Amino acid sequence: MSVSAVSSVAPLQAGETSPAGQVDLRREFNEVGIGDVLDQLDRELIGLKPVKTRIREIASLLLIERIRKRMGLTSEVPTLHMSFTGNPGTGKTTVALRIASILHKLGFVRRGQVVSVTRDELVGQYIGHTAPKTKEILKKAMGGVLFIDEAYYLHRPDNERDYGQEAIEILLQVMESQREDLVVILAGYGDRMDKFFGSNPGFRSRIAHHIDFPDYADDELLSIAELMLGDMNYRFSAEARAAFVRYIALRKIQPLFSNARSIRNALDRMRLRQANRLVADLDRVLTASDIMSLDASDVLASRVFSNGSAE
Amino acid sequence: MRVTQGCFSFLPDLTDQQISAQVQYCLGKGWAVNIEFTDDPHPRNTFWEMWGLPMFDLRDAAGVMMELTECRKVYGDRYIRMSAFDSSPGWESVRMSFIVNRPKDEPGFRLERHEVEGRNIRYTTKSYAADRPEGVRYGGK
Repeated sequence: MSVSAVSSVAPLQAGETSPAGQVDLRREFNEVGIGDVLDQLDRELIGLKPVKTRIREIASLLLIERIRKRMGLTSEVPTLHMSFTGNPGTGKTTVALRIASILHKLGFVRRGQVVSVTRDELVGQYIGHTAPKTKEILKKAMGGVLFIDEAYYLHRPDNERDYGQEAIEILLQVMESQREDLVVILAGYGDRMDKFFGSNPGFRSRIAHHIDFPDYADDELLSIAELMLGDMNYRFSAEARAAFVRYIALRKIQPLFSNARSIRNALDRMRLRQANRLVADLDRVLTASDIMSLDASDVLASRVFSNGSAE
Repeated sequence: MRVTQGCFSFLPDLTDQQISAQVQYCLGKGWAVNIEFTDDPHPRNTFWEMWGLPMFDLRDAAGVMMELTECRKVYGDRYIRMSAFDSSPGWESVRMSFIVNRPKDEPGFRLERHEVEGRNIRYTTKSYAADRPEGVRYGGK
């Protein structure tokens, strides 16, 4: 099947004019268009330094691998299976989607779709149910990326007859034998993933890239909030921004803080309060700026400031 | 005698690469591909057995090829065909069907003449293979 992978990059080869043995790296880079994806990654994802570095490295390797293949320097298809570990809301799913489009642009996955599943979609209810179920998902993910969220639920150490083990075995087999057909990305919280890999050493060794997603710093969370607001056509007033800086500091030390996801929820609640505030005064004539801006009062009304829970 | 049913049957057998390309064409059209097998090659036998369910929502031929490999492992001595179903009219209709696996030795068909009233003759075709019981027709296990 590696043959059809070659044919998907064939149009690029047809336009090749430089003599064999010489490669214009910049042209190659532009032709593939990963520059745009990487720039977009830098622009739209705040922070995540180690993640971005790793993705750049992978992208560079794949670019070189592509050129090597063209020059006839064959080598094994690089293993691209990855594991993303990190706390809730650190952008694992978002990055998985980006990875799929990078791999697709480089021609390492043929279609570039992402099939996102959890234990429920892979593991069956009764004997003989699991294998067809897992295989069906694998077939759907062929040519793209299979993203398994909270992968550690596949393995239930307390129940040795759990069907999860069967799913794991099928996954491992396909991950090994059809490396050029699909890329598997496992995601989950750091400590539990470590335990999962500990009890399934086969998984650990078949995954080449273990990427850890760090928590966001306060200023990064603020940038994320502003980016999200910008996307929704809102903005902070100066006082609201100052209040939100305080909000982040307070929210972070409370339980159940889940990084960017908590920020998004907080923003949604602030939009509610803003709408309520505007509707309270029906006789007022609103300007576009009124509707777009969040005031300090919208932020300060949060229960975080009154020492309660924000959720 | 070589059985000719479905698309491409007058061409040399398709290679896996060619099968994969045809399957990809079907998937690109949004059709669901199904694998079926039989050891009764009579042209009027339309009920081939299904290998699993038709494969819906696939994007890449690799998934279908994986199933074909599995099916060949079990029923490599029989006829295997792929059918592509199009559901866009509101019902499933076969758009394309082609044989992807055939027995090594195909004994072919005999013509039987049946003399009936007057000097009339009725004709029927019978597969030599079908003389043997199901499952062992092509030297099965």
